[in-house]
Amino acid sequence: MLKNRIIPCLDVKNGRVVKGINFVDLKDAGDPVEQAKIYSDGGADEICFLDITASNENRDIIYDVVEKTSKKCFVPLTVGGGIRSVEDINRLLNCGADKVSINTAAVENSKVVIDSSKKFGSQCIVVAIDAKKNGDKWEVFTHGGRNNSGIDALEYVKQMQENGAGELLVTSMDRDGTQVGYDIDLMSKISSKVNIPVIASGGVGNLDHLVEGIKLGKASAVLAASIFHYGKYSVKEAKEYLDSKGIPVRI
Amino acid sequence: MNVTIVDYNSGNISSVINSFKEVAKDKVNIEVTSNLNKIKSSDKVVLPGQGSFKSCVEALKKIDGLIDTLNEFAITNKKPLLGICVGLQMFADIGYEETETKGLGWISGKVLKIDNQNGKFKLPHIGWNEINIIKDSKIFKDIKNNSHMYFVHSYEFIPEDKKVISATTDYSSKIVCSIEKENIFGTQFHPEKSDKIGLNLIQNFLNLK
Repeated sequence: MLKNRIIPCLDVKNGRVVKGINFVDLKDAGDPVEQAKIYSDGGADEICFLDITASNENRDIIYDVVEKTSKKCFVPLTVGGGIRSVEDINRLLNCGADKVSINTAAVENSKVVIDSSKKFGSQCIVVAIDAKKNGDKWEVFTHGGRNNSGIDALEYVKQMQENGAGELLVTSMDRDGTQVGYDIDLMSKISSKVNIPVIASGGVGNLDHLVEGIKLGKASAVLAASIFHYGKYSVKEAKEYLDSKGIPVRI
Repeated sequence: MNVTIVDYNSGNISSVINSFKEVAKDKVNIEVTSNLNKIKSSDKVVLPGQGSFKSCVEALKKIDGLIDTLNEFAITNKKPLLGICVGLQMFADIGYEETETKGLGWISGKVLKIDNQNGKFKLPHIGWNEINIIKDSKIFKDIKNNSHMYFVHSYEFIPEDKKVISATTDYSSKIVCSIEKENIFGTQFHPEKSDKIGLNLIQNFLNLK
């Protein structure tokens, strides 16, 4: 039976982890390679890096981080943030990323998803969607949540599936950082719109939220940052909890 | 010992390279190349494959003499070869992804899209699934039945002769996920991304006599 996945996400800025786990035995708490290794040793089903480096001159650091991580972690590695072109994707994959997540570029230029999924296969193309509720619909935002594209998220996801996305990473902007749980309504509506797997993101504050994301939100995988970063729960604890709630996980 | 990972522009093979180098350490020499002479003189060959069946077969054909060299290696000389994902699928006579495309024809059978039962099963089949070991395979040494492996695919290999199947996985139906026919091995899952158990499988392949 296919298992639901737990994906810890690390925010990386200028090659350093922004919100890191704080372990005493950690030599360098800001080192993304070391943090990723802790997650994969702890049973993470995948690792996600979100590069939030703002300045262009430091953008190349992420390639080095990915290269080092892929030599130490033997679970899938997804990298997102700042991907503009097929060439950017090519470079990340060559450095050892297994998947890339594309956000703004997927909205602005549909060719990026179409061409990259043809060239590298849908299996490595994740489209990341930042959605915010407006009345009775959700709108897609770009540029790290700063710009409203006005596009209806439920229409958009169908288009992305057609364009060749292999997975969707859906973040509720209303919930992100609140720790009150995923936007279940959004997740379940998107999941029933498409036939590709949905990864739920944004708003996790406790382990029951992970359960809800899968059971009610119909997500194939759940992504979380803070609950793992600050050591509130380990990946192992999260998995054992899901298992106790009857959710199939890899233990 | 020399092991060649065939680099034929079939997409991203860095994870395959990293995992084999991790397991090989300094004991086994890992080459990544499409150089025909290097393949011929190798002890073992790894045939990865990402993207569609059609694009992988076309990429193999683009390198002059590569298919003949692989045929000689695996069929005539019967040296150990491991196909991963589409690398395994290409063992078939024919594949139906994008359009009907001839495969290598090493193991009779075809490659079809997984039946998603009217949307009940999401495709691609992405994530960790258990393998049901149904036949002793040399690459499963020390790997327990129901171990988890990492999958990413939408198509499945259906061999005519069921005796070549060494493991299946449950997703919509019993999907063939590992085969062994004499010197030819293949996995639908990605050992290079399947954590310690995946590395164990790679070790087993490298240990083959």
